[in-house]
Amino acid sequence: MSKIITKNLNLWYGAFPALKKINSKIEASRITAIIGPSGCGKSTLLRVFNRMNDLIEGVRMDGEVLIDETNILNLRMDLVVLRKKVGMVFQRPNPFPLSIYENIVFGERIHAVDITRDKLDEIVERSLKDVLLWDELKDRLNEPALRLSLEQKQRLCIARLIAVRPDVLLMDEPCSTLDPQSTARIEELMRELKARYTIIIVTHNMQQAARVSDDTGFMLLGELIEFGKTEDIFTKPKDKRTEDYITGRYG
Amino acid sequence: MRNSYRAQNIAFFFLFLATLLIVVPVGLIVVIIIQKGLPAINWQFLSDIPRQGMRAGGIFPAIVGTVYLVSGAIIFALPIGLLAAIYLSEYSKDNLLTRLIKLAIVNLAGVPSVVYGLFGLALFVIFFRFGASIISGSLTLGIMILPVIITTSREALESVPYSFREVSLSLGASKWQTIRHIVLPNAMPGILTGTILGLGRAAGETAPILFTAAAFYLPQLPNSVFDQVMALPYHLYVISTQVPNVEEKARYGTAFILLALVLFMNLVAIIIRYKFRKKKKW
Repeated sequence: MSKIITKNLNLWYGAFPALKKINSKIEASRITAIIGPSGCGKSTLLRVFNRMNDLIEGVRMDGEVLIDETNILNLRMDLVVLRKKVGMVFQRPNPFPLSIYENIVFGERIHAVDITRDKLDEIVERSLKDVLLWDELKDRLNEPALRLSLEQKQRLCIARLIAVRPDVLLMDEPCSTLDPQSTARIEELMRELKARYTIIIVTHNMQQAARVSDDTGFMLLGELIEFGKTEDIFTKPKDKRTEDYITGRYG
Repeated sequence: MRNSYRAQNIAFFFLFLATLLIVVPVGLIVVIIIQKGLPAINWQFLSDIPRQGMRAGGIFPAIVGTVYLVSGAIIFALPIGLLAAIYLSEYSKDNLLTRLIKLAIVNLAGVPSVVYGLFGLALFVIFFRFGASIISGSLTLGIMILPVIITTSREALESVPYSFREVSLSLGASKWQTIRHIVLPNAMPGILTGTILGLGRAAGETAPILFTAAAFYLPQLPNSVFDQVMALPYHLYVISTQVPNVEEKARYGTAFILLALVLFMNLVAIIIRYKFRKKKKW
């Protein structure tokens, strides 16, 4: 059974159809990239999986989105439970204006009833080790997170997310503000995390999708044109439009 | 090139002049009040009740009265104002009704204070039968400063970046947890600024307490919130215009104490605000 399945998913912003009949199967322990030109609905699709679109007024959805066989579009779906399970890394690194330590334990402070200092320390160490920041930051935990470099901030945001113990990581162009070296290191991190999480990344950067992902979906004007193994999409696309896009003939 | 430098220098000069024009009167007020009022300040002036028809003795009951009235106003207005601001900025939908409410609140801040006084007289003194008392005066002052507190708090809440809320929600925090742990702490300095403004206004106004709380001459301290009190601004008015042969330094002394009291209250709020800013670690 696939981790995430969308069945005839439609989404409208008011009268504007942003997603049209999306059918896809996203597998656990793989990195799935969603590519496509600006405004094609790839970020919207990503934000369906943790229902962040609900924050926008006038959004309507129909169809089904099954995560671990639960339809998350169900009206009775508890969004707090969903968002703990399906976490998100945003385009701009956005740590809270708190210390490094407090950023990472934010989720734990909110979710756990009684927590000990030891437990929090352990979470901070484990999460920072997971994003390969522990050695750099272990002596600076009480410094403001906003003093970190962009790459460190983005890693910290991933650590803050991992601390909540999600199983799906949604990444919305996580490297778009980073330089090429930092981008390469974040991609390396994604490969490290892949075994334990289902990772979905939205990216403008086709090379990035080709480098980092196992599966790729190509979207255009709200439709999922083609979905399959990354090497197939990039070497022998079945749809003419996919081929035009990846060869740079589109737009 | 030279011309643009000259234009710049002229602009700087006028900007500086405008700033100076603002600072000079304020500075003069402070200097004159200190110069004329300081000789009146001694322990008796601060701690004694007024004597000989307010021509001698001290102003202790008026100081206590103003502290009570202002504290009461803040205790009443800050929680209600903050909750209303949270509702308006975080929960209410952006529709015509909400916009009308926001507009009404902003306009309420401009209503003359004597109108609030009359309102307090009708509602608290007469309708609720609180009489002229600390509670009537505090509630009237509270209502007067509510618009200031709501407007500044709402602006402070709205200036917290949307991305903070978004991340917090995406980490599985509920809306209320997001407000409590992320939005409120980041908005606190702005909220306290609004409170400071409200405090200063409540302490200085005469009209709202004229009908609702202030006693002309009451050489004793209140026993309960249903007692009348003397208050500094009203006392200043009384000894300046209603009682003949009051020494000038007593008037300026009273003004000095009123000023000092407001500044002291502001100082406390500024220190709290500073603590919050430091905790923020920008």
